[in-house]
Amino acid sequence: MMSLKTAPSNYVFRSDKGLNKKIVIEISEKKNEPGWMTDFRLKALTIFESMPMPVWGADLTGLDPNDIYYYVKPIEDQHTQWADVPEKIKTTFEKLGIPQAEQKFLAGVGAQFDSEVIYKNLKKRWSDQGVVFSDMSSAVRDNEALVKKYFSTIIPAHDNKFAALNSAVWSGGSFVYVPAGVRIDMPLQAYFRIDSSQMGQFERTLIIAEPHSFVEYVEGCSAPIYKKNSLHSAVVELVALPESHIRYTTIQNWSNNVYNLVTKRAVAYNNARVEWVDGNFGSKVTMKYPCIVLKEPGAKGSIISLAVATAGQHQDSGGKIIHCAPHTTSNIIAKSISKDGGRSSYRGLLKVIKGAYGVRSKVQCDALIFDDISRTDTYPTIDIREDRVDVGHEASISKVSDEQLFYLQSRGLSEQSARALIVNGFIDAFVSLLPMEYAVEINRLIAMEMEDSIG
Amino acid sequence: MEKSTFLLINKLSVSVLDKQVLYDIDLSINSGTIYAIMGPNGSGKSTLAYALMGHPRYAVLSGSVLLNGVDLATMSVHERAKNGLFLAFQHPCEIPGVSVASFLREAYSAVTGMFISVVDFQVLLYERCAQLAIDQSFTARGLNDGFSGGEKKRLELLQLLILRPSVAILDEIDSGLDVDSLKIVADGIALARAENPAMSIIIITHYQRILNYVIPDYVHILCDGRMVMSGDNTVAHMVEAKGYDVFKNSTI
Repeated sequence: MMSLKTAPSNYVFRSDKGLNKKIVIEISEKKNEPGWMTDFRLKALTIFESMPMPVWGADLTGLDPNDIYYYVKPIEDQHTQWADVPEKIKTTFEKLGIPQAEQKFLAGVGAQFDSEVIYKNLKKRWSDQGVVFSDMSSAVRDNEALVKKYFSTIIPAHDNKFAALNSAVWSGGSFVYVPAGVRIDMPLQAYFRIDSSQMGQFERTLIIAEPHSFVEYVEGCSAPIYKKNSLHSAVVELVALPESHIRYTTIQNWSNNVYNLVTKRAVAYNNARVEWVDGNFGSKVTMKYPCIVLKEPGAKGSIISLAVATAGQHQDSGGKIIHCAPHTTSNIIAKSISKDGGRSSYRGLLKVIKGAYGVRSKVQCDALIFDDISRTDTYPTIDIREDRVDVGHEASISKVSDEQLFYLQSRGLSEQSARALIVNGFIDAFVSLLPMEYAVEINRLIAMEMEDSIG
Repeated sequence: MEKSTFLLINKLSVSVLDKQVLYDIDLSINSGTIYAIMGPNGSGKSTLAYALMGHPRYAVLSGSVLLNGVDLATMSVHERAKNGLFLAFQHPCEIPGVSVASFLREAYSAVTGMFISVVDFQVLLYERCAQLAIDQSFTARGLNDGFSGGEKKRLELLQLLILRPSVAILDEIDSGLDVDSLKIVADGIALARAENPAMSIIIITHYQRILNYVIPDYVHILCDGRMVMSGDNTVAHMVEAKGYDVFKNSTI
């Protein structure tokens, strides 16, 4: 993990503030990248510089791209002192019941913990099946042909300003390759891959599922990710080849100074299935709209998201589905919770092109709002160019009322338990999709959010 | 059986949104006894129920209430529930997403202070459902979400059976029910009494009808925020025969 904005003094290399050609070349050189990647980065830089800041979504005026260090390589992984980690973060870790070794890892200090042994065993099993699970920089060297074939084919650098930025300065992230017919029976978890900086600032992740394969990838955890730097901008690309199935689960809880601007997109071929499960907590501003392009007949996509916005936070999230072929199906469930003055927005796209007959799609946005100072908005775009489709859109906004709280309290529940019960009921459809240990963490996190409530 | 006083209401005056609704209410609620509080619309019956349970919108102006010897004013709403007070709501609110089963299990744990596994609770819950002719599938639905009036009332009784309070206030448990539903509700109350003979019951109602099924030991008439008459069940029959007008402008 790298700390970029106010880095400690024990780094071996730190670029100048802001971004220029020299810095991009330096990043590429430090990583010993092949020339095509260096060229790719430089082109992306030009694109980044030429594109204006997006103004259609959340307020980004507080973000100055010229006031950020884009690359710092620390002397060793353990670059931060545990004592430097803010008390609030430490308390949160303790309340979540996370073991201390893991707490230190999550806070960016120390990279050793018990699962290393487990990871080594798993790694052997995966490699026996031909599965590649490594950090992205290693993959560029060790699996160059595969990376070159798919890298940036789903999300080109010119897709948006922050995709361009990531393309120019990316560092860290995962590379996953699943050979044809291989079904990985347990989720690949990013935190197993502790030998690299997967929680970097500009992660780049690429997953390729060959025909008839299955992989579930899980990143993040419910603990707040403490970062001194204020911009996180990841790019995630998924390639689901015919009859394959990818499920990508993200739970992120950023500290309150972070701008989290992420581009995630998947392409699903014949009868392939892609699921994005996306939980967003914390951050100052999050803009994230996982996308699935259903490219060939029979492909299925589903996006299930949960956003929790509290004081000073704007969660601008949603999902995009593009039906490019007949008999493709999709499902979006977007849930948001706004409290203590937080704002959550659903921004979504459902597109069906001409000729994509027999499409079925259902979009459901549910907002739960706790008080009069919080805000929720819905910005759905539905663009249907084909008549023979079955498309539904539902939106609901519910406010937690004093009457509901009184009713539950009259049955012996404390106000805090009553709030937590309502919220847990609201997010049940999301939590039920998570691996067990994540579901437990989310429930604890929700209970904590309710405890901190002003209202 | 020796009677003890569960709830002692002493000169209670209550306002709602700065408007006084109840004046100097005195009432002593004993164990194993059934009370009916009757009165015309707007007389303050429901206000008394909400004030006892501790709804934040209802302000106690003066007087006091002791629940099992403890001053209610010192207890938050959920503490009142844990100390044996139960209110069956006239209009139970809907909470979509929160299943009846998960809500009731949490309430059961909170009130009894005992942990119960999901499986054990389900056994208990299904048994209770059968007693009240409630379909088991209801327990998986959102709390009161899309329930009919009669279903909501039965769900309130289901909670009464599971939580076993010492004082149960039933606020218009009979309103909007047809004869068959009324019979089920009355049987449910009888069952709760049989299992928990010490429980005292306060039936708040506009009509005498339910009192044919659940015979009260005492009947109190509330008019314009004051207790204007108290007596035995014959008072209820007087209401049935003559209406509330006879009580207006009169005091005991």
